[in-house]
Amino acid sequence: MPEIEFRQAVRDAIDEEMVRDPRVMLLGEDVGFAGGVFQATRGLHEKHGSERVLDTPISELALAGAAFGSAIAGLRPIIEIMFGDFMALAMDSIVNQSAKYWFLSNEQRSVPIVVRSAVGGGGRFGAIHSQNPASWFMSVPGLKIVAPSTPADAKGLLVAAIRDDNPVLFLEHKRLYAMKGEVGAEVARIGEAKVVREGTDLTIVTAMRGVHDSLRAAAGLEVQGISVEIVDLRTLRPLDPATILASVSKTRRLIVVDEGPHTGGWSAEVVALVAEQAGSKMPTMLRVTAPDIPLPCSPILEDSFLPGPDTITAAILAQLGEAQAAEARS
Amino acid sequence: MNVRAPMDPTSDEPADVPPAPAEPLGRDASLGLYRTMSFVRRFEEVAQALFLRGQISGSIHLCMGQEAVATGVCDVLQAEDLVAATYRGHGQALALGTDPTGLMSELLGRRTGTCGGRAGSMNIVDLEHRLIGCFGIVGGSIAAATGAALALKKRGSAVAVAFFGDGAANQGYFHECLNFAAVNRLPVVYVCENNLYGEFTPMQAVTAGGILPRPRALGIASATVDGNDVWAVREAAAWATSRARGGDGPVFLQMLTYRYNDHARGDPVNYRPDGEMEAWRARDPLTIARARLVADHGASEDELDLVVSKVAGEVERVRELALQQPLPDPNIRGSEFKEMGEVHTDA
Repeated sequence: MPEIEFRQAVRDAIDEEMVRDPRVMLLGEDVGFAGGVFQATRGLHEKHGSERVLDTPISELALAGAAFGSAIAGLRPIIEIMFGDFMALAMDSIVNQSAKYWFLSNEQRSVPIVVRSAVGGGGRFGAIHSQNPASWFMSVPGLKIVAPSTPADAKGLLVAAIRDDNPVLFLEHKRLYAMKGEVGAEVARIGEAKVVREGTDLTIVTAMRGVHDSLRAAAGLEVQGISVEIVDLRTLRPLDPATILASVSKTRRLIVVDEGPHTGGWSAEVVALVAEQAGSKMPTMLRVTAPDIPLPCSPILEDSFLPGPDTITAAILAQLGEAQAAEARS
Repeated sequence: MNVRAPMDPTSDEPADVPPAPAEPLGRDASLGLYRTMSFVRRFEEVAQALFLRGQISGSIHLCMGQEAVATGVCDVLQAEDLVAATYRGHGQALALGTDPTGLMSELLGRRTGTCGGRAGSMNIVDLEHRLIGCFGIVGGSIAAATGAALALKKRGSAVAVAFFGDGAANQGYFHECLNFAAVNRLPVVYVCENNLYGEFTPMQAVTAGGILPRPRALGIASATVDGNDVWAVREAAAWATSRARGGDGPVFLQMLTYRYNDHARGDPVNYRPDGEMEAWRARDPLTIARARLVADHGASEDELDLVVSKVAGEVERVRELALQQPLPDPNIRGSEFKEMGEVHTDA
C-alpha cells in the first residue's frame, strides 16, 4: 500500500465523497483556486468546479451560517475554518444553530455539516494561530469532535464525518499535515478510540500530535523496562469510555496528554470520566498540558510551553516514582 | 410602494428597480390577507393573556402591530420556498400555515407542540410548512436563509426569505451574509422589519447612516416599504421574490412598521416619545386593510366584523385545545445526535 501525506488523505476523502454524493460541497477561504493554505484541498476546484468548491469571503460567521442553512435545505457542506482560532468568529452558528437543531426541532431534521480546521501549536504562528478549539466545544451537545492522528484516520474519519448526519468538527493538527502513512479504503467509526501501543505499567490517553510524542516517549522508556499503553482518542466528543476504562483498569495509572491549556481542557473531561466510572479500579491520574498562559511565539518559548516527548517522559517517570513511593509507604 | 410612514426615520428613496405592475389582488384574496392578519392579532392577544396569567412561562415576543409584514410576504411564497424568522416569529409561522394549536401548545410547553415543547416560543421550527426556524440570536435568521439560498440556487427557482429586525443591521451576520449572498448571487430576500427600536434603544441612535444604504453599498436591489399596508408589502415581496427567482441575486426590503407591545415581558422604562404610539395605532395594519377593503372591494363593516368574530372563535378553540394537551414526559430525554445506523459500512 503506498504511503501518502496526511493532507493528501484529507484531500482524497473530500474528493471521493464529492464524487460519490452530489450534495457534498466544499466552502472556505482560499480552499478553491489556491488549494487551501495548507494545501489540503489542492486540485478539488479544478476537478469539481467553482459551483461545488467555493472560495468565500473572509467571513467565518457567514461561512458557518451558510453551511447550516444549506444543510437544512438539502446539501452536505464541508467548510474550512482556516485556523482553529478563527472558530471563535463562527461560534454562534455552530453552537446555537447547527448543534441544537436536531433536538430543538423535535428531530424534524439534522444538520449534516463538517467543519474542518487546522489546529494546534508548534508552528511558530503565535497565540492566535495555534489553539485547538476542541475544548471550547466540549460542552456543546449535538456536536461531534473528531481529531485524527494519522493519514489513515484522516481519510477514514473524514469520510465518516461527511457521511454523518450530525454536525462534526474535524480537527487537523498542523504538525501532522506532512506526515506520511498507509491509507486504506475502510471508513472509520466516529466515537471509537484505539489502543495504538499496548503496555502494562501506565496508560497515556491522548490525541492528534500527542499520540506521536507519546509513542516516542514510550519507545525511549522501553529500554528501562517501562511498559506504556497509549490510547489514541480519535474522537474527542463523544469520548469512548469503554476503551479508556479498559486500559486504566489494567494499568491503574493514567496520564492525559493535551497540548491545550490546563484549565477546562478536554483532558479534564477524560479525567472526570475515569473518576466517575473506574470504581474500584481507580487509577492515579495526571494531566500533561500547556500552562494557563497564551502560547508565545518565539520558538524557544513555544517549545517550553508545549508537551513533547521529554515532558511526557518526565511525567511518566514521576507518575511511576510516586506510585512506587506510595507502595513503599503502605 | 414608497409610502412614507409616520415617524419614518429614513429617507423614502425610490426602489432600485421599479416593481413590475402587480396583478391587482382580487376580493377573496384581499379578504384572505385581512383574515390572516386578524388571526395573528387574536393569537397574540390570547398568548399574551396566557402569559400574563403565568400559563406560558419564560418570555414571549409578540408581533402585534407588525402583522402585515409576515402576512404580505408569506402570501407570495411558493411550495419550495423557505423562510427563516426571529424570536418574534408567531406571525410568520401562522402565515406559513403552522397549525395554530400546535404553535400555542408549544408556547405552553406541551408534548404535542410544534417542537414537542423543546423549542418554546423563540425557536419554533416547522419544516413541513417551509419554516426553517425562528432564531433566538439577533441576525441568526439571516444566516439560515442565506445558507438555504445556497442550496436552493442549485435546485432551480425557489427562494429563501429572512425576516429580521432593525437591530440585526448591526450584527456581523447582517454584513457578512449580505455580502456572501451578493457575491454568489443567491436567491434570497432579506426582509428587515424596522419597528424603530432594538429592544428599548431607538434605531437611529445606534445605526449609523440608516439601514438601506448598507445593502445598496453591496449592490443589492433594495426598497423601503410601508410595512403596515399589507398590499404594499405583498407587492414589494412579489417584486423581490420574482427578481430573486430569476437569478438576479438578493433583494432587500425595509418594512417600516411598529411594535405595540413590550420587547418581551416588560420593558423597564418608557422609551417611546409622546404621541408616537397613537400615531402608529392610527395606521394600524388592520385599520388600513379594513378601509381598503371597504373602498376598493365593496366590503361591508358587518362582513369584516364577521371575519374578526369568526377568527376570535377559532383562536378560542385553539386556546382550549392547547390547554388540554399533555405535558412532555421528563423521562423521555431524546438524543443529542441523530442515530447513524449502518451508514459507516456503506462504502
